[in-house]
Amino acid sequence: MSTLEIKDLHVSIVTEQGVKAILKGVSLTINTGETHAIMGPNGSGKSTLASTIAGHPRYTVDSGSITLDGEDVLAMSVDQRARAGLFLAMQYPVEIPGVTMTNFLRTAKTAIDGEAPKLRTWTKDVKAAMAQLRIEPEFAERNVNEGFSGGEKKRHEILQLELLNPKFAILDETDSGLDVDALKVVSEGVNRTIAAGGLGTMLITHYTRILRYIKPDFVHVFVDGNIAEQGGPELADRLEAEGYDRYLDEETATA
Amino acid sequence: MTELTQEQATDNKVWSQGFIKGMTEEGESLSEINPESGPLGGSAAKAHSHGGDSHGGGVGIPDSSRAGRLTSYKLADFPAITGREEDWRFTPLKRLRGLDRVGIKGQELTGAAPAVDVTKPDAVTVETVGRDDARIGKAGIPEDRVAAAAWENFTEATIVTLPEEYLGNSEDVTTLTLTGAGDTPAAAHIMVHAKKFATGVVVLDHRGTAVLSENVEILVEDGANLTVVSIQDWNDDAVHASAQHISVGRDAKVKHVVVNLGGNLLRTTPSARYTGTGGEVEMYGLYFADAGQHLEQRLFVDHSTKNCKSRVTYKGALQGDGAHAVWIGDVLIRKQAEGTDTYEMNRNLILTQGARADSVPNLEIETGMIEGAGHASATGRFDDEQLFYLQARGIQEDVARRLVVRGFLNEVIQHIKVPALEERLRDAVERELAAGSL
Ligand SMILES: Nc1ncnc2c1ncn2[C@@H]1O[C@H](COP(=O)(O)OP(=O)(O)OP(=O)(O)O)[C@@H](O)[C@H]1O
Ligand SMILES: [Mg+2]
Repeated sequence: MSTLEIKDLHVSIVTEQGVKAILKGVSLTINTGETHAIMGPNGSGKSTLASTIAGHPRYTVDSGSITLDGEDVLAMSVDQRARAGLFLAMQYPVEIPGVTMTNFLRTAKTAIDGEAPKLRTWTKDVKAAMAQLRIEPEFAERNVNEGFSGGEKKRHEILQLELLNPKFAILDETDSGLDVDALKVVSEGVNRTIAAGGLGTMLITHYTRILRYIKPDFVHVFVDGNIAEQGGPELADRLEAEGYDRYLDEETATA
Repeated sequence: MTELTQEQATDNKVWSQGFIKGMTEEGESLSEINPESGPLGGSAAKAHSHGGDSHGGGVGIPDSSRAGRLTSYKLADFPAITGREEDWRFTPLKRLRGLDRVGIKGQELTGAAPAVDVTKPDAVTVETVGRDDARIGKAGIPEDRVAAAAWENFTEATIVTLPEEYLGNSEDVTTLTLTGAGDTPAAAHIMVHAKKFATGVVVLDHRGTAVLSENVEILVEDGANLTVVSIQDWNDDAVHASAQHISVGRDAKVKHVVVNLGGNLLRTTPSARYTGTGGEVEMYGLYFADAGQHLEQRLFVDHSTKNCKSRVTYKGALQGDGAHAVWIGDVLIRKQAEGTDTYEMNRNLILTQGARADSVPNLEIETGMIEGAGHASATGRFDDEQLFYLQARGIQEDVARRLVVRGFLNEVIQHIKVPALEERLRDAVERELAAGSL
């Protein structure tokens, strides 16, 4: 079993207006096998948390810590974090001209495993994983994310999740922009990875819709750079009924 | 039937980050080396015009129309180069080591031409001939002063001939390895002649050290199918101006590939002219500019006959301080060239700060009765978001950069379709990447 532990994390970014604090003391522990839903309004800092864990250079960690089984994640480069077992499914996956999906996936797999995958089984695995996510075979020869629709990009993020087999997956609004059918397909992909064992999941979302397909063990409400409340799946139901207004009102009341 | 396409929108999407706006707009984002723009071409040039009708319609300034550009075999017909001409505004003249000033203040062009080593199939002939050989001049005429100087000064020419109906393939390639004889300014003349219905591949492989002005005539007779690959992989100090004149016969097919890798200053100017209907030209270019290198590619496709086709694809990567690439794509569709189908594309990938790419497609159209005409030009940066994405999948930074560059240039390499060359070019790209600060 593995543990991803975030302690009192303070993160800021440099903008044209100056330094802006975004995360204000986030603490969260995720163990293998657990699924944590993070829900919160636009701009509350959910993507910042995800990107900081993955090591995006734009974000400065001012204080606090992130550890993976006791190892200091913040000391690792972006690629080291990925090789240590962290996977970020991005809210806005980037297009990479000139690099085919096939080439990209093989290079990533080789990097993560430290050796090239056996060609025959690998090709079979990729084909099977694509078929399960209802990705047409011709995508294999297309450039990474180039000209993909929003939904196609998200499916490919989950394809990578399934093929790269991380210890922890951070899914940043993987559900947004998906129609119901695509949502099901993508959720099944995540559930397959969870069922295969050995995955801890941080599921960032705006909507409770995806939680009907991927059952969270814990729900955290994220407001203004911090966790305002946490609970079990029932908290998601309450958010569905009431929205975030309660937390936002509190915030303006105390401001 | 007329279809005009500009791929601006697509370009913006492909390079959603780091796209340098305005690259396709003539006159914008252009970093001229010799900036004060003076009168271009001028009446002197017009008077000598070879093409006859020098009224250039289309997008350009009339004086910069390719229809009106001076062509002549005589050096004396060309005025001294100031650097302000349309044709020279991007070229750092000081680094031409005198190639631009031949005949001025005693500047000579009498150095030894590169040594020529030949590998070839039996049926193909390679001859060394004197200046007065009747075939010389059949495919080309100089279009600038540097090429005219070479034309006046070469002593011997090398002529490669693919006999009538010769059927070569991508395995039995004719290769001329041209090894520079040192840094004394020199002239060279090469002719590649594919006779009627001949099919084959000819490679010109430039190496060593040279300060060289060269004319390459590529004469493709009716129904022939010729591939010419010109590789410039010189030592770091080389200076090379190469005017490559392609004459495309009726129903002939030509694939012309320029590979610019090594050298201090390379200026490659391919031009294609059609002598009959139904001709097809594919031009490919691949360049990799390192710190301090100036790689200039200026091509011209002159559509003067009906129902001809041209496709131009040039791609370049740039890295390091002062790396500079220039791509100018002049395509002229003359009034009588009905049924023309043309598309030209240039893409640059800038890998580090301090590198600079100028890209100018010029499409001049004098008739509306065409199949299609389009151009695309984009310069993208390999940016932090792309790097982050690849690294977030476990790929190390240097591997990530290689992956992107290899993929980017591969689009050109895989079109060359000469297996032995493809491998060599992939290796060359690897070497360039390894040599850089990556
Ligand atoms: N590069 C940036 N420049 C300026 N502000 C930024 C930048 N990145 C993030 N921010 C700001 O930081 C705050 C948190 O942004 P973040 O993207 O983490 O929110 P989010 O919770 O993921 O929102 P959403 O639900 O819309 O995805 C926002 O106020 C946002 O405007
Ligand atoms: Mg977000």
